[in-house]
Amino acid sequence: MATVLEIDNLYKAFKVGFIPKKREILKGVSLSVAAGEIFGYLGPNGAGKTTTLKCVLGLIFPDRGKIAIFGHPPLSAKARENLGYLPENPYFYDYLTAAEFLDFYAQLFGLKKKDKEDKIATLLRLVGMEKARDLQLRKFSRGMLQRVGLAQTLINDPALLFLDEPLGGLDPLGRKELRDVIVRLKQEGKTIFLCSHILQDIEMICDRVAIIVGGRVISQGTLQSLISERVLFTEVTLSGIDPADLIDLGEPVSTLGDRILLKVFQEDNIENLMALVRERRGRIHSLVPRTETLEDIFVEMVRQG
Amino acid sequence: MKIRAIALNTFKEAIRDRILYLLFFFAAVALAFSRLLAVLAVGDRVKIIKDVGLASISIFGVLMAILIGTGLVYKEIDKKTIYTLLSKPIQRWQFLLGKFFGLVLTLLIMTLAMGLIFLVIVLLHTGKLEGRMLLAILFIFLELVLITAVAILFSCFSTPILSSIFSLSFYLIGHLSWGLETLIQKTRSGTARMMIRGFSAILPDLENFNFKTEIVHGLAIDPKFYLFSALYGLVYTLFILALAVLIFKKRDFV
Repeated sequence: MATVLEIDNLYKAFKVGFIPKKREILKGVSLSVAAGEIFGYLGPNGAGKTTTLKCVLGLIFPDRGKIAIFGHPPLSAKARENLGYLPENPYFYDYLTAAEFLDFYAQLFGLKKKDKEDKIATLLRLVGMEKARDLQLRKFSRGMLQRVGLAQTLINDPALLFLDEPLGGLDPLGRKELRDVIVRLKQEGKTIFLCSHILQDIEMICDRVAIIVGGRVISQGTLQSLISERVLFTEVTLSGIDPADLIDLGEPVSTLGDRILLKVFQEDNIENLMALVRERRGRIHSLVPRTETLEDIFVEMVRQG
Repeated sequence: MKIRAIALNTFKEAIRDRILYLLFFFAAVALAFSRLLAVLAVGDRVKIIKDVGLASISIFGVLMAILIGTGLVYKEIDKKTIYTLLSKPIQRWQFLLGKFFGLVLTLLIMTLAMGLIFLVIVLLHTGKLEGRMLLAILFIFLELVLITAVAILFSCFSTPILSSIFSLSFYLIGHLSWGLETLIQKTRSGTARMMIRGFSAILPDLENFNFKTEIVHGLAIDPKFYLFSALYGLVYTLFILALAVLIFKKRDFV
C-alpha cells in the first residue's frame, strides 16, 4: 500500500525557563502510515504525541528529521490541501455559530457558495449536530465542540485525518457514535492518524499502532503482531466453597456474598478447581480466560521505557 | 480570497467584542462633552468643540486599535484556534494580513461612526457641514492603521498586557519625538548630535498625521504635506507588517 505519511528520525527540543534550558521532547521519532488504515499513535501523557503532530502540521519546526505528507513537506500547500486536523481539547471561535464556523473554514478552501451550503449541512448531519446549526459555539458543551471539530476536519474532504484524542471528554454514547463515524470514514477510503492514551479506543478500531514513550517510538506494528493470543490467567467466579481451600489453586481477588472471584494462573489448576467444586457441590458462575491486551503491553513498555 | 476570509472573520470577532462598544460609548460621551466644555470655555467655542472632538476620535480610535489589536493574534495562539487554522492551506503571512485588514475594517467603520457624530455636533453648533474636517479624520485613520500594525507586531510575541504597554509607548513616543528636532538644533555638532539625529530617524513621528490644528484654525496646508504624510504612513505600516511577518514565520506554536 502507498505510504501517505513518512516521519524519519524527528528531533525537537524546547527551551524552557528564564535561563533557557533545553528539554528534548522528540528523540528520533520514525514511523510511516499507509493509505487507508487507522493508525493509532499511543503514548502516556507528555510522551510527545502532540509535539509529533504539530511538527507534521507545520505548527512547530523540528530541529532535525524529515517529514513527508503524500511526498510533500509539511508547509507546502499541496500537503495541506488534503489533510484535516482535530486538536486535543479543541477551542474554536466561540463568537461564531456552528454554521458560520464551518463556513469560515470552507472559505479557506475556496469552496463555492452552493457546494459550501451542501457540505455544511452534510457534515453537521454526519456528526449529529444539525440542531445546533445556529447556536454560538460558546454555548456548546465539550462533546458538542468535539463533534463540530470533527466536522471541521472534513470540510475539504481530506484523504488524511489527524485526530488528537478525538474521544476525550465524551460520554459513553458519544464515544460510540464518534467511533462509528471514524470507522465509516475509513470505509470511505480515508487514512486516519489517531493519537490517544485511551487504549480501548485504539484497540477497537486501529489497524496498526505505534507506541511512543519518552520521545521515542518503541514499538510499531499491527495489533495482532503486538498482542499475543497467550492466555495470561483465567478469572473464575464460584460459590459454595470455603475460601481457605482455594489458596493453593489461585489468587482470590474479591468476595461478594458467598461468591468468590479467583484468578487462576495454571491450566492444571482449572481442572483441579472444577474437580473440587464438583466434589463439594459448589457452583461455577463464570470462567473467563484473559488473553494479553494492549493495556498489558502498554503498561509493560511504559515501565521499561 | 483566504486573506479576505480571515479578515472578515476578524471583523466579526471585533464587532462582537464588548470592549469595542464600551470604547465607542465613551467616545460618543467625549464628543458630546466637547460641547459642554465649549460653554465653559472663554474664546472661540467652535474651535474648542472641533479640537476636543478630533482629539477624542484620535484617542478612542487608538485605544480601540491597541486593546483589540494586541489580543487578536495572542488569543488565537492562547485559545489554540490557530492550530486548526494554520493546518489548512494558509501561509502564515496570509493569516497575519487577514488579522490586520479585519481590524482596519473595524476601525474604518468606528472612525466613520465617530466622525459622523462629530460632524453632526459641529453642524448643530455652526449650521455648516464642514467637509474639511473629514481630511483631519482621514489622517487620524491613517495613524490608526499604523498603530494597528504595531499592535499586531507586538502581539506576535508578547502577551496582550505587555503588547498594550509597548503599543501605547509607541504612540506616545511617536507624538513626542518631534521634540528631538528642536534638540538637534540646540545641540552643538558632535557625537551627541549624531546620536540624537539617529534616534529621530528611527523613532516614529506620528505628528505627521496631525493636521488637527491647521484644519481647526482654517490654515492653508501645502498638498505636498498631505502626500508626504500618507506616504510616510504607508511605508511605516508596510515596514512594521514585514517585521511582524518575519517574526511570526519562525514561531513555534506550543
